[in-house]
Amino acid sequence: MSDPIKNRYEFVLLFDVKDGNPNGDPDAGNLPRIDPETGNGLVTDVCLKRKVRNYVGLVHGEQPPYEIYVKEKAVLNRQHERAYQAFELKPESKKLPKNEEDARKITGWMCKNFFDVRAFGAVMSTEVNAGQVRGPVQFAFGRSIDRVFTGEHSITRMAVTNEKDLEKERTMGRKFTVPYGLYRVHGFISAPLAKQTGFSEGDLELFWKSLQNMFDHDRSAARGEMAAQKLIVFKHESELGNAPAHKLFDLVTVEKNCGDAPPRSFGDYDVAVGAAPAGVERIEML
Amino acid sequence: MEKSSPFRLKVSGTNACFTRPEMKVERVSYDVMTPSAARGILEAILWKPAIVWRILRIDVLNPVRWESVRRNEVGAVVPAGTVKTVMNRGRGNLGLYVENERQQRAGLFLRDVAYVIHAEFAMTDQAGPEDSVTKFEQMFIRRATSGQCFQRPYFGCREFPVDFEFLSRELELPAAIEESRDLGWMLYDMDYSGKEPMPQFFHARMENGSLDLRNVEVRS
Repeated sequence: MSDPIKNRYEFVLLFDVKDGNPNGDPDAGNLPRIDPETGNGLVTDVCLKRKVRNYVGLVHGEQPPYEIYVKEKAVLNRQHERAYQAFELKPESKKLPKNEEDARKITGWMCKNFFDVRAFGAVMSTEVNAGQVRGPVQFAFGRSIDRVFTGEHSITRMAVTNEKDLEKERTMGRKFTVPYGLYRVHGFISAPLAKQTGFSEGDLELFWKSLQNMFDHDRSAARGEMAAQKLIVFKHESELGNAPAHKLFDLVTVEKNCGDAPPRSFGDYDVAVGAAPAGVERIEML
Repeated sequence: MEKSSPFRLKVSGTNACFTRPEMKVERVSYDVMTPSAARGILEAILWKPAIVWRILRIDVLNPVRWESVRRNEVGAVVPAGTVKTVMNRGRGNLGLYVENERQQRAGLFLRDVAYVIHAEFAMTDQAGPEDSVTKFEQMFIRRATSGQCFQRPYFGCREFPVDFEFLSRELELPAAIEESRDLGWMLYDMDYSGKEPMPQFFHARMENGSLDLRNVEVRS
């Protein structure tokens, strides 16, 4: 495997949804998440991480070193036993107490085999503190650029579930969609933490790919049409970074160009990206 | 022990959750940032075993507002024993199935937060001969000014990233909110000196938007 990454990164991902529900709110009967104060749509960090995991699992067939620890059964109902390559750990300092060394071995091994442990970290239930790994990749909540409106649709099914409802002939259901919403999410990748989990250049490539393609493999009746529209990456020259993150995020401006009419497509928005400051490379991946 | 001159760092973000330890399952945030969260932010920018951060004061710049979010989470951790077995055998089925471990948890988070952290660091006995207060002072100023950090600092949980800005002594302090409130007992920090980390608490009072931590009584 290649070496851990040596640069800090920040990224802005713009994705949109058309006639779908990007992220249901369990508190509101699965309505699309909405910030009640502003009316803007919300997509949680964990929702996006799930999609990254699913994509990586799909591309690499759940094989180490790209196995996914936190699985969704729907995606993988395969019950095969995986064979793991044992690997030699470089001997750590002998002064450490025995169980801490053990914990390190376990976390190190997990990092080596599982992509999501390497990228996002994991909590391992060992007695010592060393059983927790923080991953280099960090997502914030995604928020829509403008207010989103939730459409409520009643739908019918020409069948019933229970025998006793037979004479009703059909059942009604309910579906909630956002007609259109453009969402913006910010992310961070820390090089020093990548060193701790062994998140490599190859892993980073895969991660960028997953951001661009994850919605293409997450089709369902509820989601509607979701697509990644823009991925802007800021690569710092150094490990610790060369510019404040918020200054970089401010370089990406997204504005509605359709006046007072409600936005209904990505074309209704203008996206502009300013020049990156010295020491930071701007990469428009999508 | 030798200490640095006091620094001021402005931090802000869209959301924050400084989880109350008594409400950890369905997370509820404290009204304002805890000293331990402030320390975590500073450590994400600069920390070495040679130094220890001390929070002097926290100014609250934005009114306290809330937002509730419910998420699907998992209630399990990686079983170290199983991993060890699989590791030694070289084969096995690890992995955690979210459907089996699902927990829905609501969180009551803060929104649109901004604070000024006043802090200093002291040298510890782990400082080497080449370590000096000036060296770390310069390092911190350099990093905080140019936005460098070891890892992205966060407000309580990693999904709530922090934007930070170094406020040099010449700059005027941003105005804190005009509000005084008794915040009750609040987490001060964790005490890592013993075998197990122990929480320490203090009686927090916000006076004109400012939480003074210099002379508080800390109880564990």
